[in-house]
Amino acid sequence: MSGREEILGRVREALSVPSHAGVKAVSGEGVRDVRKARGFLPDGGATPEARLKKFRKLAAKLKAEVEVLPDLAAAGAFLADLAKTEGWRQIASHRNDLTNSVLTSLKVPILWTDDEPGTADLEQVEAGVTSCEALIAQTGSVFVTGKGCGGRALSVLPPHHVVIATLDQLLPDMLAAFDLLRERYGDNPPSFVSFITGASRTGDIERILVLGAHGPKRLTILIVGN
Amino acid sequence: MTSDTPAHQFQEDSAVSTADFEHRQWMQDALHGYENTRGGTEAMFGDFEQARQTAAAIKWEAIENLDTLLGEFADKLEARGTRVFWAGNGKEAVDYILGVCKEHGAKNIIKSKCMTTEEIHLNPALEAAGMQVVESDLGEYIVQLREEPPFHFVFPAMHLKRDRISQIFEEKLGTEPSSDPEELTMIARRVMRQKYCEADIGISGANFAVADSGMISITENEGNARLTTSLPKVHIAVLGIEKVVPKLEDLSVMLQMLGTAGTGQWLTAYNSMIGGPRQPGEVDGPEEFHVVLLDNHRTKLLADPEQRDALRCIRCGACLNVCPIFKNIGGHNYGTTYQGPIGSVITPHLRGLQSYKHLSFSSSLCGACSETCPVKIDLHHHLMRNRRNAVQEKGGKMERWMFGQFAKVMTHPKRYRGSEGLMRFGAKLWLPFKGRKLDPLKAWTASRDLPAPAPKSFMKQWQAQEREQEEGKS
Ligand code: SF4
Repeated sequence: MSGREEILGRVREALSVPSHAGVKAVSGEGVRDVRKARGFLPDGGATPEARLKKFRKLAAKLKAEVEVLPDLAAAGAFLADLAKTEGWRQIASHRNDLTNSVLTSLKVPILWTDDEPGTADLEQVEAGVTSCEALIAQTGSVFVTGKGCGGRALSVLPPHHVVIATLDQLLPDMLAAFDLLRERYGDNPPSFVSFITGASRTGDIERILVLGAHGPKRLTILIVGN
Repeated sequence: MTSDTPAHQFQEDSAVSTADFEHRQWMQDALHGYENTRGGTEAMFGDFEQARQTAAAIKWEAIENLDTLLGEFADKLEARGTRVFWAGNGKEAVDYILGVCKEHGAKNIIKSKCMTTEEIHLNPALEAAGMQVVESDLGEYIVQLREEPPFHFVFPAMHLKRDRISQIFEEKLGTEPSSDPEELTMIARRVMRQKYCEADIGISGANFAVADSGMISITENEGNARLTTSLPKVHIAVLGIEKVVPKLEDLSVMLQMLGTAGTGQWLTAYNSMIGGPRQPGEVDGPEEFHVVLLDNHRTKLLADPEQRDALRCIRCGACLNVCPIFKNIGGHNYGTTYQGPIGSVITPHLRGLQSYKHLSFSSSLCGACSETCPVKIDLHHHLMRNRRNAVQEKGGKMERWMFGQFAKVMTHPKRYRGSEGLMRFGAKLWLPFKGRKLDPLKAWTASRDLPAPAPKSFMKQWQAQEREQEEGKS
């Protein structure tokens, strides 16, 4: 058995020989600074309007559907319509203020992940409705955690993922999302966090894009606020 | 065909694939598509070159402080109930994983893409122990059904056209033939859904190991890794010790670099970080989470003060996509877990220089790999360093003798002139044998033409012309 100390010992011994001058080291002022690197990455937009515009543009490229709705009642009505057109017989969600108020008037039976349903049951639902921690303008992503958004499976197992977010949740970039995570959860982040960028996809067959490889075929993002 | 050494095998296989023009064209078209998409994505960046600098600096810091960062990573994981296992080599890793599986009486294992498990040959070991192992990534699943290794470590089934995929599904799953990629994908989706529900244990890899937060980060498009790490009661992640990044915030750069360089997308569909088994107050997630940290000769590469920057590699596959050698011979011929330029650089360190030096010689040294690498690994110079090391370590006698003779001829005008006549005569004698069995140069000449020596050398022509002019004047 090698064990921790032996392997770390090998690492230390290896590193005791300094790198040759010819090796491509990377140095230079500020080159290591991820906050400075912000400006080198894709831009998330400086104002809320710019962010929303950017988010919409990327979501469209990703074939995700984005609906901006004035208030919670409008979001509820939108979902009720969706339920009808899609013929939902059962959906799954998790309880928090946002989901509760949007889902109250929905006439479809809801499986709550707070009650810890089995995988087989969760696999049967037509849609998973979740809140999110944040939306990211820079990448068009939905930022979720297992703790805040109904667990690990809810946003990936059902064939349609519906996200309910508010406009003030729209952050400029991924770095802001990591800052938020630290702020909200401190040293004890949820055991699972994920940036969801579009529906599940694959190009493994002849590089032809197919949605819904394993996870959701559809991603709908409702943004409430104006 | 099986050959005695990896080098012979490589030569034989490559001779076959380079003669297959249709397949070469197919690969080139596919990789051209990648280059186009990537170009568009790079244009979205504020300054892609600078972002690349930062990505390289992050990984360089990680490699130079690997001991402290690995310790921190493991401590943080353990503090939240993860079991961390340190494996010195492949066998130790495999034995540990087998132990966990047996302890749980596991029968069905679901895996999401993990090259490290290819490296340690985990699947055959699990199967030999009576377990059923299913690769859930679509490309990996296809090559698993075909009982062949991945063709490319990011695009495992890129060498297959849809009819071949339909055919293997028909054979192994009994499905109807189809020429629709969507339909074929849905076949796999249906099969996999069942497998997820049955699986006792999920095994994944990791793209990054975040030291300050004790989290692994997984980049994927299909959602199969998310399902693999969410549904089964036990999750085992297998990763090389070089996967470290110091801080969670570093991912804000690394994930976008990986997406862009890897597939041309600015970000793949799912980038997930996992920091433990299910925690109090969470509604789901595995009860047990194991992280296997693998050395398997990585510390040997780290000990090389000239080449340790190769450990910065984030396995994006970009260097394969732009490599003229990879484009022409494809991934299987390498006979290694990691193909392409990065494979040629690191495999000699992982499996022995003399057995795998040939890969460093099979390069045009064009530098396209170094140019494209998102963490700025000096790949083509490393290929040259491997060449130098291979020769210094052993052999090269014949080569040295030949170059000695060459130098003697080239530096003495008389010898040079004498050799000219010999060449012309020799070429006539040799021509009937060119590229055939008895031709000592056949490896080179079988598919190449040598220009015929000019009937008269330039010097002779010049002299003749001078003479004519002289005669004309007089
Ligand atoms: S060497 Fe660079 S380009 Fe090649 S796979 Fe690694 S990170 Fe990507």
